[in-house]
Amino acid sequence: MTDFIDAFRTALGLIVTLDPDLVEILVLSIKVSLSAVVIASLLGFAIGGALAVYRFPGRGAVSAVLSALMGLPPVVAGLVVYLLLSNVGPLGVLQLLYTPTAMIIAQVVLVTPIIGALTRQACQDLLEEYDEQLRSLGASSSAIVATLLWDGRYRLITAVLAGFGRAIAEVGAVMIVGGNIDHVTRTMTTAIALETSKGNIALALALGIVLLTIALAVNASLIWVQRLANRLAYA
Amino acid sequence: MLDPTTPLQGVGDRLASPPLPVEIKGLVYETGGKRVIDEINATIESRRITAIMGPNGAGKSILLRLMHGLIAPTKGEILWAGRHADRPMAYRQAMVFHRPVLLRRSVAANVSHALGLRGIGRDKRAICVDDALRLAGLERQASMPARVLSGGEQQRLCLARALSLDPDVLFLDEPTSSLDPASTLAIERLLLDAQRRGIKVILVTHDVGQARRLAHDVMFLHHGRVIEHQDSQDFFDNPRSEGARAFLSGGLVL
Repeated sequence: MTDFIDAFRTALGLIVTLDPDLVEILVLSIKVSLSAVVIASLLGFAIGGALAVYRFPGRGAVSAVLSALMGLPPVVAGLVVYLLLSNVGPLGVLQLLYTPTAMIIAQVVLVTPIIGALTRQACQDLLEEYDEQLRSLGASSSAIVATLLWDGRYRLITAVLAGFGRAIAEVGAVMIVGGNIDHVTRTMTTAIALETSKGNIALALALGIVLLTIALAVNASLIWVQRLANRLAYA
Repeated sequence: MLDPTTPLQGVGDRLASPPLPVEIKGLVYETGGKRVIDEINATIESRRITAIMGPNGAGKSILLRLMHGLIAPTKGEILWAGRHADRPMAYRQAMVFHRPVLLRRSVAANVSHALGLRGIGRDKRAICVDDALRLAGLERQASMPARVLSGGEQQRLCLARALSLDPDVLFLDEPTSSLDPASTLAIERLLLDAQRRGIKVILVTHDVGQARRLAHDVMFLHHGRVIEHQDSQDFFDNPRSEGARAFLSGGLVL
């Protein structure tokens, strides 16, 4: 038990003194996940908005697949991107495997369905209310998509936060395509996995505390955004 | 101001005039195996306010949507001054719905968005928004979120938004059915004013008093058919059909 208390004390020390190793890992994790979420948001808004408004054959199937992919296991996303980026894969020439870029790509694959499916649902709910009014005003399909995305902005923010929460906490995808290389592709989650198996509980615990804090902050923001939306009758 | 006996002519500063007459020919609309609009033939010639009345389920709202082009008829056609409704014609129309549909934006942005959809530039939009909100008495609420307005204010905003598009034809689907008398009066004033400026107003209403105050002619619908269509004075004084007589005497029309 005292081992754990010592480890906990050391962990807090690492955080308070902004231990360079810890900070480096933290910064890389946030950089990778933020980049992935920005790209996934642009893709997800476009896909979700279009799926809600445009009618085309196979639309229902695409929506169903998108929703199903929300639960895509990170290791599978990692495996797919690994196959694409490996030397024998179609994108092997780019030599991206085991780089932060590869980790961003893997997280984009993981997060885009989440943001896309939540966006589609938000837009579809709004469209039910707005459809006749917007058509009466003479809106084109692209104008309807733009209107829905802007009017669903609070729900889209929550979708982005959900996507970020998923990206920052996943371990499987970044482990496979990043390789957990020290000073290059080591993120909080992969470091926790490694340090725990090495018996270096203190660093793992410190990273765990930081990760938990981020998760709490993301969830607090979610609640705050929802409250704000309700207050403005925008929910 | 709401005296129905005052002769009201389409005067005003508008250049365009409504595309009249509206000719409804053999109009049928079926949905879910049910014939909701059953062979309607009618002609609306009056430049003044036309009221569409009738019991629930008579097909009033559907007829309005068919005329506005929101839904396509199963059979038949509607001609505006001899023309089928195309996109330019649709741009000359606007509609206010039974339940106010407002975007999750400010009061002013709701009007501005509609003007933007019609391709009106930003500079001109600002002026039009100010005019529309002043007309509806909502200028002080301009920057408020539209959806926190009261029910009456929301419907006034919907009407202001529709009028800001300067339509030739304005459709309204029971715009005041859930409003208090003061809000209803405000809406009716705006409608009379719109009519005076030469806008053709076609209004679905359940409210006999409202139809008396506003309408020049009344089209009475029952079971998806036009049972009666005549000048409102005659309609209210001497309804020809059994259905209209029962409706006006407050009886239950089944």
